[in-house]
Amino acid sequence: MTGVKGVTTSRRTRARLASDGALLLVAVAFALPLVWLLFASLDGSADLRVRPPTSPTLENFDAVLTDEITFTPMLNSLLLCGSATLLTVVCAALAAYPLSRHRSRLTRPYLLTILFTTCLPITAIMVPVYGLFVQVDLIDTMYGTALFLATAQLPFAIWLMKNFMDGVPKVLEEAAWTDGASTTQTLVRVVLPLMGPGVGVVTIYTFIMLWGNFFVPFMLLLSPEQLPASVSIFTFFGNYGSVVYGQLAAFSILYSTPVLLLYILISRRLGGGFALGGAVKG
Amino acid sequence: MQQAGSRRRAGSWRQAGRWLPIAPATALLLLFLAGPIGYCVWIAFTNTQLTGSSSSDFVGFANFRRAFADDNFRNAVQLTLTFTFLSSIVGQNTLGLALAGLMRAASRPVRTVTGALVITAWVLPEIVAAFLLYAFFRREGTLNAILDQLHLPAQNWLFTLPILAVSFANVWRGTAFSMLIYSAALAEIPQDITEAAEVDGASGPLRLWHITLPMIRRSIGTNLMLNTLSTLSVFGLIWAMTRGGPGNRSQTLPVFMYDQAFVNSLIGYGTAVALLLLLVGSLFSIVYLRLMKVEV
Repeated sequence: MTGVKGVTTSRRTRARLASDGALLLVAVAFALPLVWLLFASLDGSADLRVRPPTSPTLENFDAVLTDEITFTPMLNSLLLCGSATLLTVVCAALAAYPLSRHRSRLTRPYLLTILFTTCLPITAIMVPVYGLFVQVDLIDTMYGTALFLATAQLPFAIWLMKNFMDGVPKVLEEAAWTDGASTTQTLVRVVLPLMGPGVGVVTIYTFIMLWGNFFVPFMLLLSPEQLPASVSIFTFFGNYGSVVYGQLAAFSILYSTPVLLLYILISRRLGGGFALGGAVKG
Repeated sequence: MQQAGSRRRAGSWRQAGRWLPIAPATALLLLFLAGPIGYCVWIAFTNTQLTGSSSSDFVGFANFRRAFADDNFRNAVQLTLTFTFLSSIVGQNTLGLALAGLMRAASRPVRTVTGALVITAWVLPEIVAAFLLYAFFRREGTLNAILDQLHLPAQNWLFTLPILAVSFANVWRGTAFSMLIYSAALAEIPQDITEAAEVDGASGPLRLWHITLPMIRRSIGTNLMLNTLSTLSVFGLIWAMTRGGPGNRSQTLPVFMYDQAFVNSLIGYGTAVALLLLLVGSLFSIVYLRLMKVEV
């Protein structure tokens, strides 16, 4: 008995060592570009290869922490993504409520259309959106861009929100109904507080997706002082040649930090299956 | 009689009121999503140009005929297929499955570190990822430095094999999604089934082929479909790394569409390409919805 156990144990150990080795190899491959980013940001004379800085310095961060390079684009990103996220979440919560609570012949087709839309390559419609925005004079406006960003993210937000809402028991709500509460009152006072973490996940996830979005603001915003960080960083390294890589690395870190932190904040709730799993499994 | 009628009317009003909250979202979706798609269908059949002021005539299928006769379009289709096949179907999917599988056997710290790195690459903004891999693949970048150490020939990757470089970039950036989907799927396989097979002496590859893969085939379908769709619409990564170049050797359909519409000012033609892309995407989405037999 111990013999058999010993054999399986050693086989387990060997399997674990082999798996560890293979995973570490992949980890190194994934880490190299990230390590370069860290090293370059701390290196006064960074080039394109991974190399620990000989005399680590914060001068790259110093150099990019100006209104023009960092603060204005980041503030633009915050305004753009913040307002779009707010719009998305409010509209998604409102829309998800009847979809989750009431039955109608139209519920299923509506939800299927939503799911279908989440799969569409939004990239494809950017050219006509540009044309449309020129015609209705929304081009190069922050609110126009925010409206489009919000809409692009809306189908998935509705889908996620509806799934979270389905998990809230109906009993308390029915009590509120009998007390004569209206639909909106019930939603705001009873349902949303009960699904707080769900709303949090939808909000943060939406914000992360919008924060990284490049193509939409790249197309719809023209004036430099309105550009969010995703586009300003592109113009920063888009004109290759005279780029100071260390500064670009430093700015990349500043730009990426908020979404990394927010992801950590929701990773536990997204982890494992990831809410997408629930969303795509239907 | 009259009373019953008014009560029914009041009921249907209440019914409509319950659905009122759905209005703002629907309005946004109609205005900014259905609207552009409809506009896309219209523009694709005209000869609208960016510079040609108001000259916009209906030209029927001319844009589509032109596309199918255009070598550059065919090149873009081919590159899109290569890019999608390499990075999504082979790269992200297989690597994601392998990582998820290995993690089940690996020790905890290794699992945590690898998972964190792969997910970080995924969470980073698209342009930052593009910039990092641009630096990685450049002639004077990290990859060549490593090859040099190993006494292997260095290459100017972005010039000699641009489509391979952007495909790798997409694998680096997108594998986390597959990894998460497959981790969840593998966790759902009952332990005793694999153990029974192990006791019966089934080897690793046999177990994978006869037990694991059939049990997670739904997740494989989901994952392939979603990966393919998101890869079809990759623009920023390629645009930032190579601008579709050198020449047109990494010009996938989204980049081709952008170039036609804005570099060559042919909005009508660019939109026709966009419409084709949208059609391919819709077909995939419909297959996906059928495959998943979504219950809503």
